[in-house]
Amino acid sequence: MNLTLAQSLTQTHDEMPSLREIIDTVTLQSGFNTNAVIVAASLLGIAAGIIGAFALLRKRSLTADALSHATLPGITSAFLIASPLGFNARSLPILLLGATLSGILGVLCIHLILTHTRLREDAAIGIVLSVFFGVGVVLLSVIQSTATSSAAGLNHFIYGQTAAMLTHDAILMGTIALIATVIAILAMKEITIVCFNESFARVTGINSSLIDALILALIVLVTVSGLQAVGLILIVAMLIIPPAAARFWTDRVRMLIILSASIGALSGFAGASMSALLPRKPAGAVIVLSAGVIFILSMLLAPKRGVIAQLIRHSKLKLQIAIDHTLESKYEYPEQHNHTKPWLRFLLRALGFTTSLTASSALTESGLARGRRVRRNHMLWEQYLISCADIAPSHVDWSVDQVEHILDDDLITRLENEIRASGQDILEIQS
Amino acid sequence: MISETLRQYISFDLFPLTSAICVALSCGLIGNHLVLRKQSMMGDAISHAVLPGLVAAFLLSSSRSPTVMFLGAGASALVTVGLIELVKRLGRVEPGAAMGVVFSVMFALGVLMLEQAAADHVDLDADCVLYGQLETLFFFAPSEWNQLFTVDTLRQIPTQVSTLLALTVLVILFKLALHKELRIASFDPGLATTQGIHAGLITVLLMVMTAACAVASFEAVGSILVIAMLICPAAAARLCTDRLSTQIKLSAVFAVTAAILGYLLASFVPEMLSMPSSLNAAGMISVVAGSLVALAAVASPSHGLIAKSRRQRSLQRTVAIEDLIGLLYRATETGQSQTPIAALAGAMHTKDLNQIIQSAARQTLITQTNDSLKLTDQGLAAGAKIIRRHRLWEGYLVDQANIRLDNVHDLAEQLEHLPTNEPKAQSQTDPHGRPVPPA
Repeated sequence: MNLTLAQSLTQTHDEMPSLREIIDTVTLQSGFNTNAVIVAASLLGIAAGIIGAFALLRKRSLTADALSHATLPGITSAFLIASPLGFNARSLPILLLGATLSGILGVLCIHLILTHTRLREDAAIGIVLSVFFGVGVVLLSVIQSTATSSAAGLNHFIYGQTAAMLTHDAILMGTIALIATVIAILAMKEITIVCFNESFARVTGINSSLIDALILALIVLVTVSGLQAVGLILIVAMLIIPPAAARFWTDRVRMLIILSASIGALSGFAGASMSALLPRKPAGAVIVLSAGVIFILSMLLAPKRGVIAQLIRHSKLKLQIAIDHTLESKYEYPEQHNHTKPWLRFLLRALGFTTSLTASSALTESGLARGRRVRRNHMLWEQYLISCADIAPSHVDWSVDQVEHILDDDLITRLENEIRASGQDILEIQS
Repeated sequence: MISETLRQYISFDLFPLTSAICVALSCGLIGNHLVLRKQSMMGDAISHAVLPGLVAAFLLSSSRSPTVMFLGAGASALVTVGLIELVKRLGRVEPGAAMGVVFSVMFALGVLMLEQAAADHVDLDADCVLYGQLETLFFFAPSEWNQLFTVDTLRQIPTQVSTLLALTVLVILFKLALHKELRIASFDPGLATTQGIHAGLITVLLMVMTAACAVASFEAVGSILVIAMLICPAAAARLCTDRLSTQIKLSAVFAVTAAILGYLLASFVPEMLSMPSSLNAAGMISVVAGSLVALAAVASPSHGLIAKSRRQRSLQRTVAIEDLIGLLYRATETGQSQTPIAALAGAMHTKDLNQIIQSAARQTLITQTNDSLKLTDQGLAAGAKIIRRHRLWEGYLVDQANIRLDNVHDLAEQLEHLPTNEPKAQSQTDPHGRPVPPA
């Protein structure tokens, strides 16, 4: 039981794991210590996913970065103070207590800078991040220079290492993550209201600065619980990437939180088990890279906000505009020879808008109907922009299919009358 | 002949100190624009994200030559800037989150690549990226002055130091050449565009310079000092002035001060405490830079906390004195030339009435006999002025702002202290029928 993962790794895995080992690890059958680390990493993923979603909605993503860097001086001072007092300076609870305290101090400093000086949030975050980390680095060099105690092991808090984790470390990590999750779920309603509508929250009697403090406290909890496994530089990724990836898939906050928690859990699980199976795969980095892969896939593939979906929508619109323009000009000037590109001619023929593939091809019944509709919309829009330009939304697309959906009936009748009165072809505008 | 102490100094402290000053100066200058554009965290993102480029360059060329490392890190930095922009634009992700996603994934990639490299017994560690190794930049100085300036000695200058010197020159030239463009684009990109300045291009150039700072510095001082220097000197200077040119000069002074002071603290404090080795200089310099921000926040003559609270207190006292002589003036209107202090206590909203009375007496606005106060001639004039403003404001509020008569007094009580022009006199009396004192 006291065998660390590192030892078990060097004993068993020098090359690729067998299928049997993979199945054992993934189904949590490969020894209590490994299981504890994997479960704890998944719990951490859930906690970070949920709390990160709140941080994203509150636009606090980078505050988490400052906060995690701010834990370093706490860890090193805890180490420096605990050794002479006779405690075991390597004991995780003492170091994590130090990390929590200096993390909170960092948050307070950001708050003080924001409320008492003219500096903006980004500068406040950067100052706290670099100065606290600088203090931590100086204290690390103090520890290294005092011959009696070695700083070995403290480095794990910077880059993270599950390999050196003992079972009770993993249990502590999982417990903190679980507590953070429970608190986040209990306060979900209030946090959501504050995230979306601060003034409404105030009216309903929710103290928004208290909720903000709660979110920050939860971020501290997640950061501290992930310090040993993921490291203080990468823990911020677990708070930022899952919600940012989940955001591509949904517009609903409940769904966002569920997805973000699942992505967090999945990357925690994948990272920790891969790190247990393969040699030289630091868990923190693998967890973050798994989350990164999910982010890239989400960004590309998500149905509405995804890049590919956007691309398809965009080209569809462009194509539609091209068709509309061609049909409109053919309708308006049937005898004129126009230079339609071959692929467009083919498309028009395939859609049954033209009778032949030639550039001067006549329009079919449906082509005429569509051309007339586009012409009519065009004229109505023009009239609308001329007579009501003040309220015309300048960025509305000209090729909007039915003007009726945007302008109300009265207005359309008025515009049609104006066009009739101006002596233009009345037949044209009768749809 | 160079004395032994000086030789020691040149060997061990000259280059680290020079590097620290160069990093501080170049980052400090560039940082002004990042802080103004609310892009301070860009330095953080870039300096973390150089790791995969470094390792890749190292693995591909299997050499630790600074040129190769520089190219790898530079490529990595530019890719990071591009990716952040891509995620922001294409994914419509909030800027902070976009930055966080990109740099943490890049750093994770770097850590993973390092572990793989370590498997091949490659000696490279991520620590140098984070804290740097200023202390390792020593060379062996010759014992004679005339040997110091020979080609041979100059060749011994570590590449990191010459890179940093070149960077500093480059940054200064960049700032001088594009001073106007940078200024306009930082404050008002729209205006810049209308004046024929390509604001987007300026932003890209600024990012490239930030990347250059991060890349040139990481090996000597580590990313943590880069981040500190990009933000802290500019932030401290921003707390001291409202003018960009002054801010830039101040930030340069702060940056150099932090570099020198931090380096000295790191190398001499341990000696005094008889510790076996020196402290991490990069960390110490960022601590000093942070202390400068704190100092500026507290003690800056224009925007510091002390100055602000002093201004506030002096304003409060002015208001209290005006209220006091206003009260005394009203008393004279009813024919009372002497007012007992006891009668004032209820009407004045100040904690230390005695102090206010003393201040007013010092300004020869009132005289005190026994326990009652009397306005001097100067005080009478000042009281008339205050009451005139009060009653004119009441008239304005009733006539022009349609505020009910019983609500105007409290509003006018505040407005009378404002340093604005008094409202135009509508009549000889206020809405309550009391006379408006002549100006």
